Amino acid sequence: MAEAKIKTPLFHIAKRDPASMKWYTGVIVRAVAVVAALIVSGVLIMLLANINPLEVYSSMFDGVFGTERRIWNTLQDLAILLCISLAVTPAFKMRFWNCGAEGQVLIGGLATISVMFFLGDVLPYPVLILVMIVASIAAGVIWAVIPAIFKAIWNTNETLFTLMMNYVAIQIVAWFLKMFVKSGSGVLGAMPEYGLPVVGGKQFLLNIIIVAVLTAVSFIYLKYSKQGYEISVVGESENTAKYIGIGVKKVIIRTLIVSGAICGIAGLLIVGGTNHTISTTAVAGRGFTAIMVSWLAKFNPLTMVLTTFIVVFLDRGAQQISTAFGIPSSISDIITGIMLLFIIGCEFFLRYKIVFTKHAKEVA
Amino acid sequence: MKKLLALLLALAMIFSLAACGGSDKKDATADGNKDTAASDIKVGFICLHDEKSTYDLNFLNGVDEVKKALGLKDSQVIVKTNVPEGDECYQAAADLVDQRCDIIFANSFGHEDFMIKAAKEFTDVQFCHATGTKAHTEKLANYHNAFASIYEGRYLAGVAAGLKLKAMIDAGEITAAEAKMGYVGAFTYAEVISGYTSFYLGAKSIVPEVTMDVQFTGSWYDAVEEKNAAEALIARKCVLISQHADSMGAPSACEAAKIPNVSYNGSTKDACPNTFIVSSRINWAPYYKYMIECVMKGEKIAADWTGGIKEGSVVLTEINDKAAAAGTAAKLEEVKKGLTDGTINVFDTANFTVGGKAVAADHKADVDTDAAFEADTVVVENGIFKESKFRSAPYFDLRIDGITLLNEKF
Repeated sequence: MAEAKIKTPLFHIAKRDPASMKWYTGVIVRAVAVVAALIVSGVLIMLLANINPLEVYSSMFDGVFGTERRIWNTLQDLAILLCISLAVTPAFKMRFWNCGAEGQVLIGGLATISVMFFLGDVLPYPVLILVMIVASIAAGVIWAVIPAIFKAIWNTNETLFTLMMNYVAIQIVAWFLKMFVKSGSGVLGAMPEYGLPVVGGKQFLLNIIIVAVLTAVSFIYLKYSKQGYEISVVGESENTAKYIGIGVKKVIIRTLIVSGAICGIAGLLIVGGTNHTISTTAVAGRGFTAIMVSWLAKFNPLTMVLTTFIVVFLDRGAQQISTAFGIPSSISDIITGIMLLFIIGCEFFLRYKIVFTKHAKEVA
Repeated sequence: MKKLLALLLALAMIFSLAACGGSDKKDATADGNKDTAASDIKVGFICLHDEKSTYDLNFLNGVDEVKKALGLKDSQVIVKTNVPEGDECYQAAADLVDQRCDIIFANSFGHEDFMIKAAKEFTDVQFCHATGTKAHTEKLANYHNAFASIYEGRYLAGVAAGLKLKAMIDAGEITAAEAKMGYVGAFTYAEVISGYTSFYLGAKSIVPEVTMDVQFTGSWYDAVEEKNAAEALIARKCVLISQHADSMGAPSACEAAKIPNVSYNGSTKDACPNTFIVSSRINWAPYYKYMIECVMKGEKIAADWTGGIKEGSVVLTEINDKAAAAGTAAKLEEVKKGLTDGTINVFDTANFTVGGKAVAADHKADVDTDAAFEADTVVVENGIFKESKFRSAPYFDLRIDGITLLNEKF
């Protein structure tokens, strides 16, 4: 017999069995990921910027919680990003790839600012607020339901459709700005007098309360309502859904109405509750960040509070370190990028495990 | 639930590690120089983008320059970059107040309303804003606008362009009737209109027959659009190009087509060694120095401040002899002198017409910002359109004869 040497790989990857997974496995994997992220980014900080990494981490903490104002800012950022994440969640849970939150939020914001601009001095304040709410939700719904109808009836590709709708929304906002601002600068002055009311003397409290309520409602809707159950079934398998008598088309359209409505509310909070003006970059990419936040939380609105917090912490922390150490923002972006990579990457090790090959004993 | 717990644990790890590092922060550049008045002052800067944008880089370079000039330590200067034109600007300004800044400066037009909001709240802190228009109407004691008479710089750049055209005509490369320039602008509004008109008038002072086509891109930074616009202008037989936008699009298109280029925001000689003639830019360091010294001496900062050639706010880069006409440097010195002593006025209404007619002696421009955008202030004095006199930001927006707008972008 020829002595063919069989090469055994050092390790191989195997799927974990969720049922037999110990409760602490998740904790260990995530802890290892965070420690690894801190070490890798720490080494990079020393190499790239020659700064003590511990000072950098403490500075991040300082940027997020350092003063009462910073805590409010953190909560505000958390509220807005969480609101958009809640908006995309029903659609993604249904496996409808809604990449159009950016545009849906923006168009909701445009509806809000238009009401403020044209009706601000016409309507009494309470009526104005009511019209703003209705208009923003309606605009978000329209922007989300158009691709949903096309998907439900003609089975068009919703990823491309929703993505393209973003650009349409941006251009419409640019066109409206041209109409609002005749000097040509394209910058619309803020109109705080027509904004949402300030609650308890705290600028962002109302935004935070609204999103907190939305979070609870979303959790109950997705977990305990019949509609929430239908969303899960359609997401798992359309054929199963059809078999058990769920009207898939109806569910798709209805879910996107929910998704669009929450996007509209996010637009209302950004424009009516925060900036009191609009620009084409008002949503600032959060429509896309929200997708990551929602996935990381496995579409659970309560977990989403934490995943949103991680993203906001890294974002505000990165701003602070670039300010505090006078380093280019690209370096702080690298640091947050590494941390996110590890946090997201560890999900792989929760589903799969590395099995090292044991030394095969020589056959005598 | 387990995952929730896991995430909580992970976060606790981050925080506990972070908290461990929260010991004393030392000032790396601390030196023994304690007695200067400058050592007590703290200045905050808010920038729309970061050093990757030529617009913001110009402000950041000014920060470095003034730090050196006044001997400020790193701990006395806080720079916040990538601050959007929304409530975030107010939050950034308020955070700088929390860090005990005495002066806060913001660099983008859309920051203005949020700076005013902060100025109204924190009355013992000075707020300075570049390119804004509302200081003279808001009448707050602690809110100020600043700009530079960059139209004078552009006029000088225009003179250099005119000399180049004249050299081309003299060499028989083009006829005087073919002396057409191209201009890539960002938006069709006063700041850009004032800029290209002064550039055109500078060239016209050398070559009276010159004409100009203007193409707008609708963005302050879009390398592809700016390149396309420059190429379109070259195809329309423009023999010299200038631009008012922040990317390398137009200069590099000119280098590729071997068309002379007058640049903006700084020298593009390295990338365009054969076609770059000269560039004008605003230097912000003189204004920074002015506002900091005002606070140090306890003096009032002007509501509107316009730096000129004299103050060093308007500067030209070195001339590229390879592309510029012979004798450009000497002529520019002469014109610069004329501009500073007032014998040359860029917007002298004797030098241009609008729709074939002279500009009225009581012509009004939209100086005060209001919702109706009405022309509200008489800006012509003794036959001269007084740019940047009634507020620092430009308001010249006449469409003068000789310049053709190929499109408009708002």
